[in-house]
Amino acid sequence: MNYNWNWGVFFQETPEGGTLYWEMLVSGLGWTLAVSVVAWLIAMIVGAVIGTLRTLDSKAPALFGHAWVELFRNIPLLVQMFLWYFVIPEFVPPLKRWMVNTDPVYAQFLAAVLCLGLFTSARIAEQVRAGIQSLPRGQRLAGSALGLTTWQTYRYVLLPMAFRIIIPPLTSETMNLIKNSSIALTIGLAELTFRARELGEYTFSFFEAFTAATMVYVIISMSANRVMAWVERRVAVPGLIAAGGGGH
Amino acid sequence: MPMIEFKSVNKWYGGFQVLRDCTTKVEKGEVVVVCGPSGSGKSTLIKCVNALEPFQQGEIIVNGQSVGDKTTNLPRLRSQIGMVFQHFELFPHMTVLENLNLAQVKVLGRGADEAAEKSQMLLKRVGMLDHAPKFPGQLSGGQQQRVAIARGLAMDPIAMLFDEPTSALDPEMINEVLDVMVELAHEGMTMMCVTHEMGFARKVAHRVIFMDRGEIVEDATKDEFFGTPRSERAQLFLSKILQH
Repeated sequence: MNYNWNWGVFFQETPEGGTLYWEMLVSGLGWTLAVSVVAWLIAMIVGAVIGTLRTLDSKAPALFGHAWVELFRNIPLLVQMFLWYFVIPEFVPPLKRWMVNTDPVYAQFLAAVLCLGLFTSARIAEQVRAGIQSLPRGQRLAGSALGLTTWQTYRYVLLPMAFRIIIPPLTSETMNLIKNSSIALTIGLAELTFRARELGEYTFSFFEAFTAATMVYVIISMSANRVMAWVERRVAVPGLIAAGGGGH
Repeated sequence: MPMIEFKSVNKWYGGFQVLRDCTTKVEKGEVVVVCGPSGSGKSTLIKCVNALEPFQQGEIIVNGQSVGDKTTNLPRLRSQIGMVFQHFELFPHMTVLENLNLAQVKVLGRGADEAAEKSQMLLKRVGMLDHAPKFPGQLSGGQQQRVAIARGLAMDPIAMLFDEPTSALDPEMINEVLDVMVELAHEGMTMMCVTHEMGFARKVAHRVIFMDRGEIVEDATKDEFFGTPRSERAQLFLSKILQH
């Protein structure tokens, strides 16, 4: 293949003037990170709540949790992104008014974090549920027998162990979330993939642009992996070979 | 007034009846051993005392409170009854000391220092004080079970329930746990123990209940039970487990 790589392209000025192309990519990276972090927080909190609901004895909360999971994991992520940005505001007039009157980037950011956060929450809920259900039934009984309420039993006994057990799958979900944030380009959010494509279109240096974007994604994704591995070591329970201690 | 009273308790799992018209009582300071073949409903019976298992008919009165009554504050009632499980069920992510402190602080509202002091006193009593900073996974089964007993005692219970406390232990660890239980019995603790340790029953039990197929077949004083059990089924059971 004959291709003249032109890495100098990153140091050329953009048509907007005043900024260089590498700075444009960095601003895209900033949005990618912002969307990922906020969506991750939403996903973890909502996922923990929904996953917990699914393991309760009472029917109604369990059913609600089940419906939540089925709703968010049976619709393609891209379709969900369009629904949040183009469809839902039509049914919420105040939201629609706000979207029309403010900088579109805020609406794009809001739609992106809700979409990615809730989509991922359904997946995390399933991990949390599996983690809780993998604990011996006696753990719940022991909590109750001591007089802990259901909430306290979850807070102090079940969830701390369940989360330790599911750190490896949570790592995968975290990495997926970061990579899925590139879908936000479809609603116009100027994140990393959006900026890489923009750079390619302005300069015809698509190879350089996407090589750079690819490398940045790999670096963030691997960093997330390393951070989670560190967390896993930090919270490892002495005396348990694999966290969990399920089987006897 | 008995400490624990069962009045015609019936329980079903779907169409299968696991408890049939169980009526008995445990007086204050009494040690009652519950035995019987596996699947006879003995674990289920004691789990009904602190409502870990619901029952459909009859009544259980613990210290004047009706367990099945919807208005009974179950967490409060449970906090007054210590329970020891077959598989210990210590909380693996907490140290031994934290295992004992947790419910004292969160349920009884004791201060951290007061709880820790109480925990250390009880750990000393079961010979586990040196292990206070360790995690359950670093202890042997016998040690874990002694910690579990201390955890129950830390709540200052009015009665203790034991659900096959030595069945999951290696033989050489059974005695260290039984010793703690014997000591507890001698101190006058009200105890209901599901166990096959007939030596323990002979030593400290006041009464022995024999169950079969969800029914209380024999409810006798220790001497009557080990002398001449009235029912054939109890005789057969005893002959099988006392053979060796």
